[in-house]
Amino acid sequence: MSNLREFTKGFFRENPTLVLLIGMCPTLATTTSAINGLGMGIATTFVLICSNVVISLLSGYIPDKVRIPSFIVVIASFVTIVDLVMNAYVPSLYESLGIFIPLIVVNCIILARAEAFASKNKVIPAFLDGAGMGLGFTMALGILGSVREILGSGAIFGFKFIKGDGILVFILAPGAFIALGYLIAFINKLRKA
Amino acid sequence: MAKTESSLKNMLLSLTLITVVSSASLGFVYEITRKPIEMAKINKKLEAIKAVVPSFDNNPDKEMFKLPSGNGDSLEVYPAKKGEEVIGYAVRTSTDKGFSGYIGIMAGFSPDGKIVNTKVIEQKETPGLGTKMTEPGFKDQFNGKDPSKFVLKVKKDGGEVDAITAATISSRAFCDALEKAYNTLKKGGLI
Repeated sequence: MSNLREFTKGFFRENPTLVLLIGMCPTLATTTSAINGLGMGIATTFVLICSNVVISLLSGYIPDKVRIPSFIVVIASFVTIVDLVMNAYVPSLYESLGIFIPLIVVNCIILARAEAFASKNKVIPAFLDGAGMGLGFTMALGILGSVREILGSGAIFGFKFIKGDGILVFILAPGAFIALGYLIAFINKLRKA
Repeated sequence: MAKTESSLKNMLLSLTLITVVSSASLGFVYEITRKPIEMAKINKKLEAIKAVVPSFDNNPDKEMFKLPSGNGDSLEVYPAKKGEEVIGYAVRTSTDKGFSGYIGIMAGFSPDGKIVNTKVIEQKETPGLGTKMTEPGFKDQFNGKDPSKFVLKVKKDGGEVDAITAATISSRAFCDALEKAYNTLKKGGLI
C-alpha cells in the first residue's frame, strides 16, 4: 500500500512541476509542442528512475561528505547515456530538444529526489518514487506542451486542425508562463476542493 | 547498515570507484551508439542532397569537394551526376545571422545557376515563427529562380523575397546563406 503511494504521489499530490514547482527551466523551455514536452519528460523519467535506483543501492557506502558529488556523477552518466542513445535512434527529437538533454543533469528534480528520497530509502520505493515523479513530470510537460501547441499553432502532435497561425504568443516564452500559471491555478483549485 | 565514515580514505575510494564505473559504462554506450550516430548523420545529409537536386545515380558524398567562399572559410559542394553529366550541385551553406545564430542549409543549384530546391538542415529559430523557413510556403518561392536576376533580399530591404511574417531576421538569414552558396559556386566557375 505505501509503495503504491510512493508511486502515485508524483502525479498529483506532490507533482514536481505543478505542486512542488521544481524543474521550471526545462518545463518552460521545451514545451513548445506536445511531442517536445513528452520527449523531454520521458528522457527525464529514464534518468530519474536509473539514478534513484543506483543511488539508493549505493547510499550506504558513500561517505556523507562526498555524497553530492557522487550523486552528480551517477546522474551525469545516465544523462550522457540518454544523450547518446537519443542522438543515435531519434535524431529529429534530439535536435529539437537540443541543449536541454545535457541540461537534465542540473534539473533539480533529479538531485532533489536523490537527496531527499532515494538516499534514505530502499530500492523498490526509490524506483517507484522515480517512476512516479518522472511520469508526473512527463504528464505536466505533455499537458503544457499540448495546450501551447493547440493555442499557439492550431495543431496537436504536429497534426494541424486549423489553417494558418494560432495565437503566436503561446509558442513564445511569455506564453509558457501564462499557460503554466493557469495550469498551476487549476491544479491548486482541484487540490483544495 | 552503518553509514561509511567520512574519512579521507573512504571518500577517495568511493569517488574513485564511482567515476571509474561511470566512465567504463559511458565508454561502452559510446561504442554501441557511435555507428548509428554516424549513420544518422550521413543519412540526413544524403536525404538533404536528394531533396535539393534532380535525381542522380552517383554518390555525391564520395565526390564532395570544398570551394573557398571568399570570406576565409569554404563550403562543401556535392556534385549530383547522371552518368558522367553533372545535373546539379548541392551546396552545404550556412549563416550566423539567424535570430538565434547558426542556420545550416543545403541548397541545390542546376548547372545553369538556377536554384533547384533548398532544405534547412540545422536551425534554432523561434518555433512557430522562424521555423516556418523550413516549410514550403516560404522556401518554395526560391525554386527555379536565378539569383543573378532574382534579388536575394527581403522586400523590406529592396529585394524580391517575401519575408515570413514576424520573422524578418530569419528570412534575411536564409537569403544570406543562399547568396553565399550562389557566390561561392560562381567564383568557383561551376555555374
